[in-house]
Amino acid sequence: MDPASPTAAGASPVIEPGHSFGTVTDKISAIVQGQPTSRRWYLGFFATFFFVMVLFYTIANLLMVGVGIWGINIPVAWGFDIVNFVWWIGIGHAGTLISAILLLLRQSWRTSINRFAEAMTLFAVACAGLYPLFHMGRPWFFYWLVPYPNTMDLFPQYRSPLVWDVFAVSTYLLVSLMFWFIGLIPDLATLRDRSQSRVGRVVYGFFAMGWRGSARHWHRYETAYLLMAGLATPLVVSVHTVVSFDFAVATLPGWHATIFPPYFVAGALFSGFAMVLTLAIPIRAMYGLQDMITTRHLQNMAKILLATGLIVAYGYLMEFFMAWYSGNRLEQYTTFNRLHGPYRVLYWALIVCNVVIPQVLWFKRARSSVPLLFVVAMVVNVGMWLERFIIVVVSLHRDFLPSSWGMYYPTIFDWSMFLGTIGLFLCLLLLFVRFLPMISIFEMRTMLPEAHVQANEHSAPTP
Amino acid sequence: MSEAAEHLGLARQRLRELHGPEYWRSLDELAQNDEFQALVEREFPSWAAVWDEVHSRRQFLKLMAASFALAGLSGCGQAPREEIVPYVRQPEGVVPGRPLYYATAMPLSGYATGGLLVKSLLGRPIKVEGNPSHPGSPAAADAPAAAAFGPSDLFAQASVLTLYDPDRAQAATHLGQIRSWEQFQQALSARLQALPRDGDGLCVLTETVTSPTLVAQLEALRRRYPAARWYVHEPVSRDNARAGAIAAFGRPLEPRYHFERADVVLALEADFLNRGAGRLRSTRDFMARRGPAARVAGTMNRLYAIESMPTGTGARADHRLPLRSSQIESFAAAVAARLGVNVAGASTDVGVRPEWIAALADDLARHRGRGVVLAGENQPPLVHALAHALNMSLGNIGQTVRLLAPIEARPEQPAALADLTDRLERREVRVLVILGGNPVYTAPADVPFEAAVAHAGLAVHVSPYRDETAANCHWHIPESHYLETWGDVRAFDGTVSLIQPLIAPLYISRSILEVLAALTASHEGSGHELVRTYWQQRGLPRQDSAGFERAWRRALHDGFIEGAESVEERAALQANWAAAPGAPASSGSDQSLEVLLQPDPTVYDGRFANNGWLQELPKPLSKLTWDNAAYLSPATAVRLGLASAVEQAERANGLEIELIHQGRRLSAPVWVQPGHADGSITLDLGYGRSRAGRVGNRLGVNAYALRPAAAPWHLGGVAVRATGRRRQLATTQTHHLMENRDLVRHGTVQSPPHGPEAGHASRRMSLYPEYRYEGNKWGMTIDLSACTGCGACVVACQAENNIPVVGKDEVLRGREMHWLRVDSYYHGEPAAPQTFFQPVPCMHCENAPCEIVCPVMATVHSSDGLNDMVYNRCVGTRYCSNNCPYKVRRFNFLQYSDFETPSLQLLRNPDVTVRSRGVMEKCTYCVQRIRTVQIDAARDGDRRIRDGEVQTACQSACPARAIVFGDLNDRDAQGRPLSKVAQMQDDPLNYGLLQDLNTRPRTTYLPAISNPNPALPAEWRTT
Repeated sequence: MDPASPTAAGASPVIEPGHSFGTVTDKISAIVQGQPTSRRWYLGFFATFFFVMVLFYTIANLLMVGVGIWGINIPVAWGFDIVNFVWWIGIGHAGTLISAILLLLRQSWRTSINRFAEAMTLFAVACAGLYPLFHMGRPWFFYWLVPYPNTMDLFPQYRSPLVWDVFAVSTYLLVSLMFWFIGLIPDLATLRDRSQSRVGRVVYGFFAMGWRGSARHWHRYETAYLLMAGLATPLVVSVHTVVSFDFAVATLPGWHATIFPPYFVAGALFSGFAMVLTLAIPIRAMYGLQDMITTRHLQNMAKILLATGLIVAYGYLMEFFMAWYSGNRLEQYTTFNRLHGPYRVLYWALIVCNVVIPQVLWFKRARSSVPLLFVVAMVVNVGMWLERFIIVVVSLHRDFLPSSWGMYYPTIFDWSMFLGTIGLFLCLLLLFVRFLPMISIFEMRTMLPEAHVQANEHSAPTP
Repeated sequence: MSEAAEHLGLARQRLRELHGPEYWRSLDELAQNDEFQALVEREFPSWAAVWDEVHSRRQFLKLMAASFALAGLSGCGQAPREEIVPYVRQPEGVVPGRPLYYATAMPLSGYATGGLLVKSLLGRPIKVEGNPSHPGSPAAADAPAAAAFGPSDLFAQASVLTLYDPDRAQAATHLGQIRSWEQFQQALSARLQALPRDGDGLCVLTETVTSPTLVAQLEALRRRYPAARWYVHEPVSRDNARAGAIAAFGRPLEPRYHFERADVVLALEADFLNRGAGRLRSTRDFMARRGPAARVAGTMNRLYAIESMPTGTGARADHRLPLRSSQIESFAAAVAARLGVNVAGASTDVGVRPEWIAALADDLARHRGRGVVLAGENQPPLVHALAHALNMSLGNIGQTVRLLAPIEARPEQPAALADLTDRLERREVRVLVILGGNPVYTAPADVPFEAAVAHAGLAVHVSPYRDETAANCHWHIPESHYLETWGDVRAFDGTVSLIQPLIAPLYISRSILEVLAALTASHEGSGHELVRTYWQQRGLPRQDSAGFERAWRRALHDGFIEGAESVEERAALQANWAAAPGAPASSGSDQSLEVLLQPDPTVYDGRFANNGWLQELPKPLSKLTWDNAAYLSPATAVRLGLASAVEQAERANGLEIELIHQGRRLSAPVWVQPGHADGSITLDLGYGRSRAGRVGNRLGVNAYALRPAAAPWHLGGVAVRATGRRRQLATTQTHHLMENRDLVRHGTVQSPPHGPEAGHASRRMSLYPEYRYEGNKWGMTIDLSACTGCGACVVACQAENNIPVVGKDEVLRGREMHWLRVDSYYHGEPAAPQTFFQPVPCMHCENAPCEIVCPVMATVHSSDGLNDMVYNRCVGTRYCSNNCPYKVRRFNFLQYSDFETPSLQLLRNPDVTVRSRGVMEKCTYCVQRIRTVQIDAARDGDRRIRDGEVQTACQSACPARAIVFGDLNDRDAQGRPLSKVAQMQDDPLNYGLLQDLNTRPRTTYLPAISNPNPALPAEWRTT
């Protein structure tokens, strides 16, 4: 009846034996409330906070001096800004996939990683959003991309994929935020009830929105959550499809390709799962959560990594095929330039990172080796960043007229902005694990045998 | 107080030290540093309180930045000497916002390249155009009547920037201290009175002199001081041509070439299309025989170019042969021998296929009386004499070559800078007056003028900048810009142009005429009086009964004096013409190379070093900016061990080599130039300046340091070694191969090109109905057969459209702002490639890729077919640039436009927005000019706009008439094209760049068509 139950699945469990409702609640909420804040957390927080300051400094400089502090030029008018934008947006995708699609597909193993992955999505989208905003020459006019009644009598130009981007990314951010928040409500109530301090009670209580755990609450909650999942599902596909339109709609060889939407979505999931693994493995070790984020989770994610990686590899292959099959000299040159041009080292690194190394995941032994998984995930993170660099910069730097060919060299501010957003991402993540339950308490409880014994008599467990 | 003064001095010092790119942002930055703030607090204690207040501090800084710029550099302005007309009633003819054009001329190395019409808006000259009635810059024969302008060159186009250059000298100085003009006069007259009665010890050094008024003044000086000496020093002189003419005809006759009548032209290292006083006329005449009309009529001319350094002329040649400069003499002798003109003792062995020489000679012989042989200034007098002899024997003299009476005025005694230096060293010079030029910088390496000038009792220097020479002289008098003065100057054919001022001198400056008047006359004459009095006394040639005044006004209106050009003279060839000095024998082993010097294509002899427009204008072939380099061939780079293979020779670009000649050394970065003669290096003069100004200081290397006085253009036996260092060279084009793409279509008259996509573009590929253009439908066609790559269009565009200069660092990053660029492509083997120039403005595509990707509608299509850019709306996503296949869009990555420097604000064209940081910009087809004409036409009862009435800035500047702009809808009832551009776009060879993308560009091209000699197979391109 319940294929999601660990025993029914016949694989390694999604939650280690020995847990009860009480221990699950204790263990997860203790990270937020019981344990003293660890020295390592402080260390991590201040290290990442330093990079947040670097980010602020870069942005201040950017606003005062102009985007010329970056290495962009004509012909390479987009550099790290759009590379990082696409990279961060891609990373966000895993969260939505885990929480929405796997929910609808009743892949209940997702429960221990979904909260965490959704938070990752939010923070990644926040980082991503900074780039299109600040990469503009005059960012103070960003609202001109939004349709609003104005005295200029002008709406945005709807044929531009950048306008679609505005809608896609802002929708994505809002839906992800609501989805995450709705999922948090029962746990916020748990934290409110367990809070020792008045501040905790007030703050958690405010955000718990009066949750009492009544059957009506649960009913409404389930409906809302499913609805949000339904809303979020198309976003998994749509956001990166729209992002890929930024390139596919353009005339540029290397951008102008119909395979871009599926290829981008697969790439996004690929990088997203790599990032979930990159984060889950150390946090799991740090907070002793091996019993909740088990090797089963890691293995499943490794499988998705492998699958999406193969789609991405297919995308690369199709680019070669189309370059040859189209008979278009410009397309062919773009491919040639990737393989032999001045940025060839990056292209070959990309192939190694995204195509060659992930093939180890065919082996079960590799999938069950946590350190190896971590290494592969890191490699894929780098590889997917390189892929965006290849698409954005290497396509632009040698396009139609050889007279306007150029080179792009990132400046220190390109790097500081990139490191700054990584810092912001990790800093937000650290705040998240410190102040919110990083694993859904109530959903974990449904995974316990206890929940299934009583499942026939009670509509839902009580908090 | 003294401490404060010291600090102020420091700040000034710093301001002076700034150069290059920093200059454009420096004043503001300077005002913000701590030292300066401390200084201001000390200097202006009453302001200290204000200073602390955040709100007014901004105001204060703004004021200080502005006034500091003036206070630090000038002293004070000058009240106009003539009557002030208050605008209580609007003067007749002056309508605010409507420009007035005045005719004038710009002297360069003594000559006016052509006449100018200068646009003046409310008293500010802001743009230079060619004067179409002047013989040096004529309108084309078939030009539409409505076209108001003739061609102009890049130096004239850029001269308005020099006028407003904040680094110009602004007051007379004595040993660096500001003095008044009266103090100078007193000091000078005291010295002059101390001279012997005959003026012995007074020396005057000028540049080349053609000005009749100046000649008369120099004669007056001679009468007053019979023993005074006049010397001439001109770094880019015509001495070789003159010596060649004297050898050939016994007199320094000036050859005047009529390229419009020439079927065959042989250019012996003569870049006659891009160099020399007659270049505008030559280009116009030459290209009149090369356009689509000549192609169809079968009257296309043929050009053979023999040269070492590739030039614009060589690029347009039907046959170009790279030969070392020193070999050209033998080559010319070989051609002459074949034509029966023998030069005793001259070697004819140059390693060129005899068939090549035979084919060339036969071609010349077949076109007797319809050919031209001409030699370049780099060539020794013998080659010039040979060219004259060939023309004579071919019957060209009197037909395509007319000999004119001498144009330059010369002193009778030996008058080179070396002679003056000798006299200075003998301490025989009591008063030295240097009228113009910068001889300390431009002196040959073996003439120690800089040291010698200290021996002058009193040295006075008149020049626009406080330059290297000024620093070595006692007095420096700022020289007025030609747009501020009265004067006269002669053109390549002797036509006298009148120089009339467009603006009162911005600073306390004097013209050469005025300084010389102060030297001779007891009273001070204004430039106007001097010129007018001279011509009144001499009488104008076309002066009728109405008297002088009427003819004078007519001449001022026309810009030149009709009937005052040089007369044609008859001359026979001297018997001993071949005794003219030839090339100095190349001494040295095989390892040594020869070095050819040439004036820089953009900064000339160095006088334009502080002009940002010219510094940033890419050199015609290398596209190098802000630097000069040692140009050498790929094979030479390999031979010198700078590159491993000819194919990879480009990697040697920027590697430094040391050139050693007669013990003098110069380190210069290498630039590998395909098509350069092997075994030879070309160096541009005009760089390596130390006192040019903030823009021009310390850029490039100073080639004068190698230049010998005896052979100023050519050094034999130069040893070369690599230093192992590398210098960064900023170029705007890094790749010069077409990669098998259909970019520049080229072919020959016999087999014109038809592109692979011929007919493809006419097929409409859209689901939407086509937009119907009811009124005008603007378009442009560029004839690639005509473009010589001179760059006048680029500077004209920059001047017209307020395009900022970005500096070397930004060019290195790939952020130059030119709206119009001239791409150069090589085709064929690197040793002797075919070279093509392709000017690329915005294509104004019908299906513009930029328009559909702009999220805010900042770039949209107009109802007359323009791709408009709305700066106000642009948010700077740069997507349009990414999606532009032609990469013609330019982005303000930083604040490039200088909003601070007051004098530069006068320069702006008020009809064009000055763009600020963060917005995209690009060619607009000079929309401001279109709209002005449209408004006028609408006011005249909605009349049709005549063809040629709207000329874009690039079009009107182009001497080759390569760029044609107009209305594509200008057709008669049967649809036959009336406008020139519509005719050109109907040409079967007309094609759009990358038209298979279905962008449907409005700017189209006519292919580069050459007319090769059928007797000369194309593969014989090398020796």
